[in-house]
Amino acid sequence: MELEEKAEEILETLWIRTEEKEEGAVALDDLGIKGKRPIDQLLKGDYISISGNWVRLTETGRPEAKNVVRRHRLAERLLADVLGTRDMLIHEKACKFEHLLDRGLDENICVLLGHPKVCPHGRSIPSGRCCQREQTQTSKVVAPLSQLTRGQKGRVAYIYTPESDKLQTLLSMGILPGTPVSLVQSFPSFVLQTHQTQFAVDKGIAEAIYVRLVAAETNN
Amino acid sequence: MLPTNTRQLEYDESLESALARIDNLLRGNYGISKRTVGLLLLQGDAQMEKQLRAQEVSGYELIQEIVSQTRSSYSQPISYIIALRQQQEVKRILETVVSSKEKSAGVFAERLSRVMMNPLSGIPILFIVLYFGLYQFVGVFGAGTMVDLIESTVFGEWINPWVTNLLTTIIPWKVLQDLFVGEYGVITLGLSYAFAIILPIVTTFFIVFSIIEDSGYLPRLAMLIDRVFKGIGLNGRAVIPMVLGFGCDTMATIVTRTQETRRERVITTLLLALVIPCSAQLGVIFAILSGSALSLLIWGGVLVLVLLLVGYLAAQVIPGRRASFYMEVPPLRLPKISNVLTKTYTRLQWYFTEVLPFFILASVLLWLGELTGVFALVINVLEPLVRFMGLPEETSIAFLYGFFRRDFGAAGLYDLHSAGILSGIPLVVSAVTLTLFIPCVAQIMVMLKERGLRTALAISLFILPFAFFVGYILNLILTTLGVVL
Repeated sequence: MELEEKAEEILETLWIRTEEKEEGAVALDDLGIKGKRPIDQLLKGDYISISGNWVRLTETGRPEAKNVVRRHRLAERLLADVLGTRDMLIHEKACKFEHLLDRGLDENICVLLGHPKVCPHGRSIPSGRCCQREQTQTSKVVAPLSQLTRGQKGRVAYIYTPESDKLQTLLSMGILPGTPVSLVQSFPSFVLQTHQTQFAVDKGIAEAIYVRLVAAETNN
Repeated sequence: MLPTNTRQLEYDESLESALARIDNLLRGNYGISKRTVGLLLLQGDAQMEKQLRAQEVSGYELIQEIVSQTRSSYSQPISYIIALRQQQEVKRILETVVSSKEKSAGVFAERLSRVMMNPLSGIPILFIVLYFGLYQFVGVFGAGTMVDLIESTVFGEWINPWVTNLLTTIIPWKVLQDLFVGEYGVITLGLSYAFAIILPIVTTFFIVFSIIEDSGYLPRLAMLIDRVFKGIGLNGRAVIPMVLGFGCDTMATIVTRTQETRRERVITTLLLALVIPCSAQLGVIFAILSGSALSLLIWGGVLVLVLLLVGYLAAQVIPGRRASFYMEVPPLRLPKISNVLTKTYTRLQWYFTEVLPFFILASVLLWLGELTGVFALVINVLEPLVRFMGLPEETSIAFLYGFFRRDFGAAGLYDLHSAGILSGIPLVVSAVTLTLFIPCVAQIMVMLKERGLRTALAISLFILPFAFFVGYILNLILTTLGVVL
């Protein structure tokens, strides 16, 4: 059954309050619900239970809510890292975006982003099936340069580093999204090739360069 | 003049709107377009920010607000956003005008490059470079063969006797004669050290350095050594000043300017002053220790140990940001002889104009000190220190020389060694102490200029007792173990 936006938002709030903040239940008034439809939909699908003024997630509701949260935070990650969306708009846009990511598509994005662990605000992203699979087989679409094996080729997907001077360094090296890179060597330092130029960089910089692998590109 | 058909690069809406609003508010005269001023401000250019404060009266705060608002609306620095857009445009232009073929040249060079950057083969290569470049060419050939030839033949047999003869006949006073041709004479000590000992050693070093530099070996060495250098608060890039320090620490101290953070500059300056022997000193030390491989090994081992230990401690103590390592690795090239010679010549010219005056000054000071008895006093102070390290008293003169130039000091040891006064454990101990000992006058001056009085003073005050302390410990260990050298 397709849940409507408002219903998904309720599930999200319930997940954050009960699973992450470990409150027992959430008061109905706290959910700020306008209209009866979303609640009815959730009750009908047996996602939530209401006793008095208290709302809880049911056994069926919990994985569904976890998925909504996961999609929301993956969407935030995607907006921030790949599409370069502005900070204050991320949450808002992600709310709309998450509804577009039905199951399957969220796994693709998770793979693309290299199974990120936290959203741009630092909250953890619940892991999906693809993340568990990833632990046994390591074929990523996007991975930091530091995790590539020697000789692997790709193009820079995005650059992610909290330190602006590292970003500045990469800019001055001409390493930007779309630049072709390959890993020449990884020990004792990383050597990467881009166009006709080789650079030696340390682990910190190699970790900031996320590469969309060429082999994976052809598989898709 | 800009061509009239320049095209303006358009950025995204929110940047463009910020630029337009800033454009409207700017009143001052910046000598560049208002759009450029706006772009620089948005990217957080400190210089532009300063100018803005100076030139804008009413609009300053409003502009600041636009800048900070725009900045906070992006999750990445604006310089990144701008660079992305520029890159996009560059790519568009390039695609229309440039076509390129995959290069296939340089298979051997590429293979050699990999071999140099692989630690398993790279470290042996480093030792080969050090052995042939530094030890054989600078040490044995420069400091041995060439020095022998120039010192004993050119100066010893021709110049010195001739000048001594000439001056003793012209100048009737013994005191003045000594100024030029005495024990500390400007000609017999200053000039003959400069030309007979320093010139051949420094020349051979600069030849080796130019070859290494032009071949593209240094970035590969930097890549190999980055991890070790991170442990002593530096990064791989520091190999350039460090390797240059083996030529001339003074020159290397100036080169620390290329380092990114103040922290790295201070640590490099300290290590150059303390551990890295300059080529002149190195040549003389190779010459006096070459008789015993074990002595040379002990000397080198102690220096490496001190480098790592002091570097590690300095990295813990000296505050500041850790710099990250990145360096372009150019293709390996066979150096051109003409380039190598030109570089060597230019460096030698610089070296001699900087250094020769100090040699002469040092001779004059030594002559004055001898004359006034000041040096006898200093030597009296040094003697117990020297004895403390188990060294013969005569070495205190070498340490006194060392105040003026480290190589002077080493050359002083060379004399003592030739005279048979210094050998075995005391020789190694004095070589180590003198290498660690206070840098030469020129280096101290450059340290003052580059690092400021406080840092330079702190470095000197640390080095002085530390050098003697290491000498003392080394002597204690070697004699206790009963090492025979």
